[in-house]
Formats: sequence, C-alpha cells, structure tokens
Amino acid sequence: MTADTVTPSPATAPARGRTPVRGRGPARAALALLVPGLLALLLTYALPLVWVVRMSLNESGEGGLIRQTVSLATFGEVLGSSHYWNVIRQTVELGVLVTFFTLIVSYPVALFLARTTSRWRSLLMALAIAPLLISSVARTFGWMAILGRQGVVNKTLDALGLIDAPLHLANNLTGVVIASTEIYMPFAILAMISGFGRLDPALEHAAASLGAPRRTVFRRIVLPLTLPGVLTAGLLVFVLSLSGYVTPRLIGGGRVFVLATEIYDEAITSLDWPVAAVLSMLLLAVFGIVIAVYLWAQRALEARFTGAQEARS
Amino acid sequence: MTTRRLTGAVWAVVLTVLYLFLLAPILVVLVESFDHSTYLRFPPEGFSLESYRQVFANDAFREGFKVSGITAAVTALLAMATGVPAALALTRLRFRGRAAIEAVFLSPLLVPHIVLGLALLLILAPIPLTDTYWGLILAHLGVSVPYVVRTVSAALVSADPRAEEAARTLGANGLRTFWRITLPAIRPGLFSGGVIAFLLSFDETVISLFVSGQNTVPLPVAVLQYVEYRSDPSVASLSVLLVLLSVVVVVLVERGLGLRRTLRSG
Repeated sequence: MTADTVTPSPATAPARGRTPVRGRGPARAALALLVPGLLALLLTYALPLVWVVRMSLNESGEGGLIRQTVSLATFGEVLGSSHYWNVIRQTVELGVLVTFFTLIVSYPVALFLARTTSRWRSLLMALAIAPLLISSVARTFGWMAILGRQGVVNKTLDALGLIDAPLHLANNLTGVVIASTEIYMPFAILAMISGFGRLDPALEHAAASLGAPRRTVFRRIVLPLTLPGVLTAGLLVFVLSLSGYVTPRLIGGGRVFVLATEIYDEAITSLDWPVAAVLSMLLLAVFGIVIAVYLWAQRALEARFTGAQEARS
Repeated sequence: MTTRRLTGAVWAVVLTVLYLFLLAPILVVLVESFDHSTYLRFPPEGFSLESYRQVFANDAFREGFKVSGITAAVTALLAMATGVPAALALTRLRFRGRAAIEAVFLSPLLVPHIVLGLALLLILAPIPLTDTYWGLILAHLGVSVPYVVRTVSAALVSADPRAEEAARTLGANGLRTFWRITLPAIRPGLFSGGVIAFLLSFDETVISLFVSGQNTVPLPVAVLQYVEYRSDPSVASLSVLLVLLSVVVVVLVERGLGLRRTLRSG
C-alpha cells in the first residue's frame, strides 16, 4: 500500500503533537476526515454485503415470495442439487482452463517486454495493454464476429476448403475459453511484468558465458526468477474469470452455465433472491480457497528461493 | 550463428501471432464498423459510414450515453468529496488503527462485481431506488472510492509534507494550509482520481445490470442488451467512437496533468 511508505521525519514531529502520547487533536481531525468516506462505503458496500449474507439464510416461498427465517435450508437445497454442482464444476473448470491458456500466451509477451531494449518497446507495451481501454462488451462482440458460424475463422477455413461444416466455436465452453483468454491477457501481461523484478540480464549472461545452453539458462535462471510474477498473474486471472459475466453470457449463448450467469438469472429472471445469495456465498468460498492456495504456493516458492540462496552462500 | 538467427525468427513469429490474437477482436470491430450490411459478416462487402449514422440514430444508445454521462459525473464528484478527505487523513495524520482503516478503504477492490451487483439489488430494490439515477450513482460509488483514495494517496505521498509543516509553523491553520499548499501540489493526482472514477462508472456493466431496469439504462447495459438480440455492425461503430473518446481523454490527462506520474508513484 502506498501510504505505508510515509515516514514522519523527526524534524517535523514536534509540529504535529507536542505531547509524546498521540494527541486527541489528530485523532479527532482524522475522524472528521474519514467519516464521509466510511459512510459512503458503509452504505454502498458493507451494508449490501451483509444483506446478501442475511438473504442466504432466508427461504424462498411460492411465487417469488421470501420467507424471513434463519436457516440453512437454502444452502441445503443448492448443495443437494446436481444442477448447481455442475455449475460450480463448470465455473472452476472455466477458471482453470482460462488461467492456464492466459498464462501460456501472456508469458512470452511479458518476457519479451521485460527484456527488450528495442526502440519499439513503448509502442509494443502500449499495444499490449490498449485492449483495457475497450470495454469487454465490445471485445466480446469482436469475438462473436470471429468465432460464430459465419465468423472469420469458419469463413476462412471454408474458403480454403479445409472444412465441410462450420466448426462449433461459439455458444459453448470452447468459445468462452478462447474469448476470455484474450480478454484477461492484458491483465496477465501487466501483472507478470511488475512481478519480474528479480529478472536480471547479467545473471543470464553469466550463465551463458559459463557455457550453459540456452535451454538450461531458461530452466535454471529465467523460469525460477519469473515464477512469482506468473503466480500473481495466475491468481488475478483466476479470480477475474471466476466472477466474469459478460463473456460467458454472450459467447456462451445461454448454454454455458457458470456461477456468475446463474446468480444473475436467479436474481433477475427467477426472482429467487435466497438462492442467488447462496450462490454468491459459494462464489466467495471458491475465491477464499483460490486465495489460500495462492498464499500457500507463494510461501512455498519464497522458501525455495531463499533456501537456494542460503545454500549458495 | 544460424541457430541463433533461427531462434530469433521463431521468437518474432511467436510474438506476432500472440499480438494478432490479442488485437484480433479490436481489428475485427474496426473493420466491421465500416460495413454497411444489417447483419454481421466477414469480410465486409463495402465501405460505408452507415452504421456510424445508425449509432447516432439509435435512441437506446443516445439515452444510454446521457445516463452514463450524468451517472459517471455525479459518481466521480461524490467519490472525490468522500475519498479525498479520507486520503488526506490516511497519509497526513497518525492515529490508532490507520492501517486497518486503509485496508477497509481498499477492500471493495477484492469483491467480485457480480456479488456486489446482487448485494446492491437486494438493498436498493425495497427502498425502491433500482432503475433510478440515484440507485446507479450509489451502486457505482462503492467501487469508485477505493480508486480515488489510492490515486490521491499516491499524490499526497509524493508531495513534500515539509512545505505544509512550514505553513503550519508560520501560523496557517489546517484549512488554509490545505487550500494554499497541499491542493496545488496534488492537483494532477486529484484530476486523475476524478477521471479514473468517471471512466470506471462510465464503463461499469455488471453492477449496472442488477440495478438498472427499463427507464434508466446506462450505455454498457444498453449495448449488452443490443448485442444479445441483434448482430449488426452499429455496436462496432459505437465501440470505435467510445475508444476514440477514451483515447482523447487519456491523452488530455497525460499531456496536461501527468497521469503517468501519479500512477507510477502508486
């Protein structure tokens, strides 16, 4: 966090509070300055989230009515249904596939941008993150034009005489994976580049001049040093794709069911708020598990890294 | 030497393919936007500006642009009004629990928008504030405040506090010091905080889907609904126009007020 970097210089300390104990003045001023912001967050973020938790303990009655109670009945209903388990499975499956492919296609670009000294570097960097300026609705629309039955891919393959019938690239999981991979690519590239801080060309030159083949240099030097950045990018993409809604809805064409589309349908179409709230809780639970796995992997990686450094010295 | 040249060529090919993949939907949108057909096809059969004309003739888009513009402007103002004092307290004052409160201010960034959208629907529907400007503004405020706090905090951290201390020592009170010393120093940060809040609100899709209805439909929701049932190139033209608009905004901010500098210090 940025504000943690503030260090009060000793010379200015007396001007703030003459007493050695933290004075009431700064505390009261801080309170006055913080109240509007805290109030805004309370109303627009904290309270609504508490409401979702509360709603997940209600039960849905007949015709969109909500029975106010405190029970785990709706949780039981959702977790006892094979449909919702399929939705959870497909959400995780989509997250894993999208994360895997996004990391694969982003890594070479990030590595190139982090190491290149080309004069085109700024332009290529700008091109890599430019898609962030364009709404994901528009980019998904572009993918519909590419992957559809009459889309760019099918038209091209047909013109070349390579296929007899159009490939099914949209309205299924394949299409959602392809489009999501591209949509999260700029995020992954940015996260990787900022995580590649340990990458030092001098190390690579040293290894190469000691006679290590390029493949060994990559496996023993570049890959371990870039792994933390890859891990962070992986977490970011996984979390984004778990809650992604626009691409599964548009490219999925109503045939790909993930937690995000299901939450929307239950809340808006079926008006079953308790079930929508329970599904949100499950989404947050998956989030929690993913973040726990990330923290564990990060610690393991860090331990190996420092272990290797100590062994060397 | 030949193997090195070969790996260089392989690298170039791999990178070109990956960049093509990354930019493919944008290129297709750009090409489609000049097509004059009433349905989506590729390659386009002729060059025309017809679908650009359709964008301006489309009531849902025009209305959506107005709704998103007003919502984003008010959201940005409210996010600044509440976020700037908070950033000031978090960077300039020492008090118990500062780190915890800072975490609270950044925590909305961690919550998926699909969950936040549902949460806001549940709380705004009974009031009833769904499908109104105020509902949209409240819904966007929570996700905008963290970015304002972050951006303005970064500007405050990089501004030299000694000038403020000097002003205080010379007898200026808190408000005067802020107005005369702090404010001018962090003006670029303030401006980019406001622009980021505006763009976030203008682009917000998922949360808006939950809290908008028939009457107050922001642009991204209007576009999503349009794309779902029809596939003509006017959405492509609209996207191109919006990209041009955001490029203009970013260039203006970058030129005049140093967005890059404030972002980097964050």
